[in-house]
Amino acid sequence: MKAFTKVTALVAPLDRANVDTDAIIPKQFLKSIRRAGFGPYLFDEWRYLDHGEPDMDCSDRPLNPDFVLNKPEYQGAEILLTRENFGCGSSREHAPWALEDYGFRAIIAPSFADIFYNNCFKNGLLPIALPADVVDSLFKELTEGYQLTIDLALQKITTPSGREIGFDVDENRKYRLLNGLDDIGLTLQHADEIKAYEAARAKRAPWLFAD
Amino acid sequence: MSGKTLYDKLWEDHVVYTEDDGSSLIYIDRHLVHEVTSPQAFEGLRLAGRKPWRQSRNLAVADHNVPTTDRDQGIADPVSRLQVDTLDQNCAEFGITEFDMGDVRQGIVHVVGPEQGATLPGMTVVCGDSHTSTHGASGALAFGIGTSEVEHVLATQCLMQKKAKNMLINVNGQTGPGVTAKDIVLAIIGKIGTAGGTGYTIEFAGSAIRSLSMEGRMTVCNMAIEAGARAGLIAVDEVTIDYYRDRPYSPKGEDWFMAERLWQRLHSDADAVFDKVIEVDATAIKPQVTWGTSPELVVAVDQHIPDPALETDPVKQKSMLRALDYMDLKAGQAITDIWLDKVFIGSCTNSRIEDLRAAAAIAKGRKVAANIKQALVVPGSGLIKSQAEAEGLDKIFIEAGFEWRDPGCSMCLAMNADRLEPGERCASTSNRNFEGRQGYGGRTHLVSPAMAAAAAVAGHFVDISTWEGQ
Ligand code: SF4
Repeated sequence: MKAFTKVTALVAPLDRANVDTDAIIPKQFLKSIRRAGFGPYLFDEWRYLDHGEPDMDCSDRPLNPDFVLNKPEYQGAEILLTRENFGCGSSREHAPWALEDYGFRAIIAPSFADIFYNNCFKNGLLPIALPADVVDSLFKELTEGYQLTIDLALQKITTPSGREIGFDVDENRKYRLLNGLDDIGLTLQHADEIKAYEAARAKRAPWLFAD
Repeated sequence: MSGKTLYDKLWEDHVVYTEDDGSSLIYIDRHLVHEVTSPQAFEGLRLAGRKPWRQSRNLAVADHNVPTTDRDQGIADPVSRLQVDTLDQNCAEFGITEFDMGDVRQGIVHVVGPEQGATLPGMTVVCGDSHTSTHGASGALAFGIGTSEVEHVLATQCLMQKKAKNMLINVNGQTGPGVTAKDIVLAIIGKIGTAGGTGYTIEFAGSAIRSLSMEGRMTVCNMAIEAGARAGLIAVDEVTIDYYRDRPYSPKGEDWFMAERLWQRLHSDADAVFDKVIEVDATAIKPQVTWGTSPELVVAVDQHIPDPALETDPVKQKSMLRALDYMDLKAGQAITDIWLDKVFIGSCTNSRIEDLRAAAAIAKGRKVAANIKQALVVPGSGLIKSQAEAEGLDKIFIEAGFEWRDPGCSMCLAMNADRLEPGERCASTSNRNFEGRQGYGGRTHLVSPAMAAAAAVAGHFVDISTWEGQ
């Protein structure tokens, strides 16, 4: 998993509340046996004018010119600014997979759906919940080329005018993101303990370790 | 200090370390893999450049998507075929043993594990499938996991878990004629509800459980998940030890004697304290039939469909009304007046040799009723299929008008070509009667193998404890 320390990046505004995971990645893409490669289908129904299917080549599909991510000024955005209850609906882990694969590193919103919020951390995405009026102020001051700096260690967002906004994040999750540790990476830090356990157990139950 | 429960012992045996918040890293002895929940986990490994921690602890088999006829022609549906092909490729790439579609050992993952001795007493067993609870019948701690956890087990042979609470369900007394393990577990679910075991590991005990074969015990533990518990357990006794002697993956020679000694302690201590204890009178259990769209909506075959008007809990009342509507049934209707379109004998609940023998005993010399459009018998594994054929069970079924198929999950969840059409009603030996489970718009009644076979012959449900056949 990619570590998240300090990110300075372009912000794309998605001015909608209750964006559900089916909008983030529609259900037809769940048949895939892949974990990577969902980025081109992120927000598929909003982004394209035709109906998307798994394994479609997206390069010549008709784009919806009104959708924010299709506007030239938001190309390369890594921070998504949006409204409350982002990621509601089905628990599919494909939603954070798609956001991450597209290139997003952080999402700022007044609130997130619970399972989606958890799934983000498992996949290297930082969801930041800020008070609704603060989110609103960001939407208001956002102009072309608007960038934010997110410093996870200091739990601080800095705006172009130098305003600093603090945010909350659970210590354990912060530690994992800062170090780029997914759950597996974290467990593998205990590899010696696992091996010691195996050695002790092999004495009591050698048949489990015969090969 | 009070004694330990079987669950306490199994848990303590597998703790690698415990965090401050009480969650523990648990060592996993056996990881079973199938084609539906593993592709993203393997891909995750590949993307992170990781290898399986211990290849030999993984065993893979394709079961959900495999066809049960004309195997040599491959899988027609491209989505199913891709999932099975992907499993084959992943196992080859990561060095994991797989019983592929052409292997006689192939079958439903939860049937294959015990049959091979790949899941043994005292083990921790996981699989990306909720019915992993089945393996608890051998005194193993076995539970289902999600795709992220499948990847975690592949990479580390461990899982982060919090310990569940202890529940004991005591089933005592001699069961009456025609009452099987399936009826016992359905009666338990009817009593405690589908959320009754949530947050617990359930140990099934008592004389009625003790007198079950290993096959019957697996049927009971298989449905622990339908009672809300992630894991079900049964203590080790002579029946368990006899079952595992000489299985292909069982310990051999000196190891076997060592294992036997170790397994003897796999029972709850007499002074162990459980968070909850439930008593069930086995003598009062009759053959069971579910009438709704949740396994808890179940009654005895000689009863009538309950009246939602008499239900005082408004939430339950609403779900009963919805179930009656979906199932196209009426309150007060006798269970024996329910006529069927299809019969399915199979699934990880009831597709073992004992189940096939019970169904064949009923089918023998009789004919499937004219109103039954299809009656499927799907053995749980290739080895069970051969054994049944050696005993002549296939001929009995075929002569009676049943279809004799190749092993797999089949119509249990209709991911392959075997399914119910909208509105069709089926007597099924599987474990879930949810809306659309066996095919869009299909209606499922869960029963034991003998009850399913008798229903196929009669065309409607009959009480096998009194039925004289026709
Ligand atoms: S037989 Fe049914 S319940 Fe069992 S593993 Fe297959 S699909 Fe799941």
